[in-house]
Amino acid sequence: MSDTMHQMHGTGETGAVQPAIELRGIDKRFGAVHANKEIDLKVEKGTIHGIVGENGAGKSTLMSILYGFYQADGGTIHVDGKLCDIKGSEDAIAVGIGMVHQHFMLVETFSVLENVILGVEGGAVLRDGVDRAREELERLEREYSLDIDPDAIVGDLSVGLQQRVEILKALYRGAEILILDEPTGVLTPQEADHLFRILETLKEQGKTVVLITHKLREIMAATDNVSVMRQGAMVAHRKTAETNPEELSEIMVGRKVLLHLEKGEANPAATVLKVDNLCVDNEQGVRKVKNVTFNVRAGEIVGIAGVSGNGQSELLEALGGIRSASEGSVELNGQDVTPGKGVDAAELRRRGVAHVPEDRHRMAMVTAFSAKEAAILGYEDDPAYQKGGLLDWQAISDATAKMMSEFDVRPDNPDLKAANFSGGNQQKLVLAREIMRDPELLLVGQPTRGVDIGAIEFIHKRIVAMRDTGKAVLLVSVELDEIMSLADRILVMCDGAIIGEVPAAQATERVLGLMMAGVDPSEAKAAEGQA
Amino acid sequence: MSTTVQLPRWIDVGALPLLNLLLALVVSGLVVLAIGENPAEVVEILLYGAFGYEEAWGYTLYYTTNFIFTGLAFAVAFHCGLFNIGAEGQAYVGGLGVTIAALYLDFLPFPIMLIVSMLAAMIFGAAWAYIPAYLQARRGSHVVITTIMFNFIASSLMVYLLVNVFRPQGSMSPESEQIADHLRLPFIHDMAASFGIEMASSPLNLSFVYAIAASILIWMFIWHTRWGYAIRTVGANAVAATYAGLEPGRYIIIAMMISGVLSSFMALNEVMGVQHRLLIDFTAGYGFVGIAVALMGRNHPFGIFLAALLFGMLYQGGAELSFEIPTISNDMVVVIQGLVILFTGAMEHMFRPRVTKIYTAWRLRRDAQEAA
Repeated sequence: MSDTMHQMHGTGETGAVQPAIELRGIDKRFGAVHANKEIDLKVEKGTIHGIVGENGAGKSTLMSILYGFYQADGGTIHVDGKLCDIKGSEDAIAVGIGMVHQHFMLVETFSVLENVILGVEGGAVLRDGVDRAREELERLEREYSLDIDPDAIVGDLSVGLQQRVEILKALYRGAEILILDEPTGVLTPQEADHLFRILETLKEQGKTVVLITHKLREIMAATDNVSVMRQGAMVAHRKTAETNPEELSEIMVGRKVLLHLEKGEANPAATVLKVDNLCVDNEQGVRKVKNVTFNVRAGEIVGIAGVSGNGQSELLEALGGIRSASEGSVELNGQDVTPGKGVDAAELRRRGVAHVPEDRHRMAMVTAFSAKEAAILGYEDDPAYQKGGLLDWQAISDATAKMMSEFDVRPDNPDLKAANFSGGNQQKLVLAREIMRDPELLLVGQPTRGVDIGAIEFIHKRIVAMRDTGKAVLLVSVELDEIMSLADRILVMCDGAIIGEVPAAQATERVLGLMMAGVDPSEAKAAEGQA
Repeated sequence: MSTTVQLPRWIDVGALPLLNLLLALVVSGLVVLAIGENPAEVVEILLYGAFGYEEAWGYTLYYTTNFIFTGLAFAVAFHCGLFNIGAEGQAYVGGLGVTIAALYLDFLPFPIMLIVSMLAAMIFGAAWAYIPAYLQARRGSHVVITTIMFNFIASSLMVYLLVNVFRPQGSMSPESEQIADHLRLPFIHDMAASFGIEMASSPLNLSFVYAIAASILIWMFIWHTRWGYAIRTVGANAVAATYAGLEPGRYIIIAMMISGVLSSFMALNEVMGVQHRLLIDFTAGYGFVGIAVALMGRNHPFGIFLAALLFGMLYQGGAELSFEIPTISNDMVVVIQGLVILFTGAMEHMFRPRVTKIYTAWRLRRDAQEAA
């Protein structure tokens, strides 16, 4: 791989144009963890440069060093050929680096304009700054076709528009180099396409874009060059046109990975879960799930697609017994299990419903507990774990060790604190806990969020294996790739309602994307036909 | 991302608290110097007063008993994510239960009275804790606010009852009648004497044995039963508890009532064991010091025992100190106790980052050497 390492490096040095960013030998340790190992990176001016790597490969650390959140232990940063000492985000902004974070840093009750000038108000009297900012903002919006109303309240905007506000903020501060950290995680495919068009416009205007992502599809669609990180090291640089997803994923993981899941035909049998006209309200009394009706049969995987925040989470939590139903009913194998009336999560577990929730840290485990304590959450009253009225820690420890070996959880130490496992290993432990109960129905939300590519393959295989043993699986995911490769039938949710159902075999990203945005299924298919 | 090595237990629960304690003593020493006394002499008197002779041991352990109960009371609630600062009030009302049982059921034989008085304390203490617990679990009223308020309510209620109900006719002091001799908790020195062992007389009584038993039971309950597991789950992550089917409100109420029961046991020591009557303000701040005891003892019964012993020592040795050196007034002793609470309780984490850093560096170097 060392020959490819220098493939791109050889070119820039003699040219008259300096690279927008050059990192030389950036090194960073956190205690025992070597997060960045002697990283060299060159980002050419006026290009879109992708950085891919698994979670924990060090992408975010590297960008945080560039943006001044962390100081590197060694190495230098050069912007436009000049050596820069970036001690904080102010220094980064001063040399023209802007960052759009994965989680937006916006004040939701402020207008777009107010958000943009936040921190750079320009004087004690707000008025002058606001007037100047308005002109500047209108110019930026025209120039980059950002298409946003400066007086709109940010909280009222869709996620895609909020992201554009973040981009505007960076541009308003004079950013020449824009870093985007996993920007498409919360967008519909259409919104993501729009974002890439904006990035393209930025590039045409001479800006430089660094795109951090784990989605290879986006790398292929949007970038000019791509750098791959693995275990803290920069392992390859490629021109996007000269590579392909298979090669990139192999470099990322260090071995060949099956990108497309091999699975046989589903053999659906009797109906296991029957949801009829279900409505769920959130804590504020807002109806999040609206008159949802569907069923899941034994031996099939039903996927629920939708942009995050369209009621899937509430639906899954209601089916798991965490939220009460406001209207409608739920039946499990013909018996009424409508959540709320005496049916809670414990009752559903007793009846054979396993639930892998969407939010691992908030819900699926107690990070302060040891792995073995985390491994009995929800099953602590299982007689197998009791001895003489007390918890049988030896039996629990053995059971945890078994889960760890079966699901390849590393390190396989039942006494280690749950927080000290990586995200992927925590997820595998949660999946092991739920799947190894051999439930009738598996509810699973975002099974591979924050999980490495290698582990994704494994998790998907386990879920399909469950289906093949005749169990019912309900899958909620915001990753269309995941839904499309795992599910046998796909339901699309938008604004709390199921807008339509598509057999997986006929699903395309475009149709699903249009349905996720609320377009009627028949129209979506017509639009597909025209395209 | 784990950025540092996890500290081993001996540093976490041993070296760190000791370091904090040492610092507290150094600062106390400076205060003693400032008023013109010799710190070394003060320490000597303090230690001699607490452990130097047989009777001193008895007094130290008598104070320790109170601190074990209130420390355990705080710890159980804390494991459920609750900051119960109402041990003072819960113990006070628990004392009411003990007194009612002892005064109005005085026809009962002693062995039955042992159980009845304990049940009375438990019921009253748990009931007093139940109200804030219910308000927290079902109404979302913060338990810190309500338990403080319930301390005040308990205080006013007890003054009213002592003045208007329990005060014997003709008496000028707001305290109840004496509990009949045969119903009192036996002193340890009396119990020892019945086995033919000579011991110096002290207020140490049977309730110390209760305290040790309670420590063991609470240890088993918290770490070895599914209810303890449920309480810890609710305390560490209430959302995860709901997901697991453990209704947080239910365990909040259970944990608070157990906390109230433990607080009320302090009243057994004071009312049944030592004072033999219900006194105004007999709780004397033990409930509040229990918070420091629990925090210093890392909310673990064994740690709580050690911390309670430390505070028992400070109370007994401190009393001796103000007696021996008149310039060191009782207030001065309170200052020293306050410094210990400040450094071991409130500023518990002061040294932690630095110690962690040093330990991590040492571990890395050792690992590197071993690898080489």
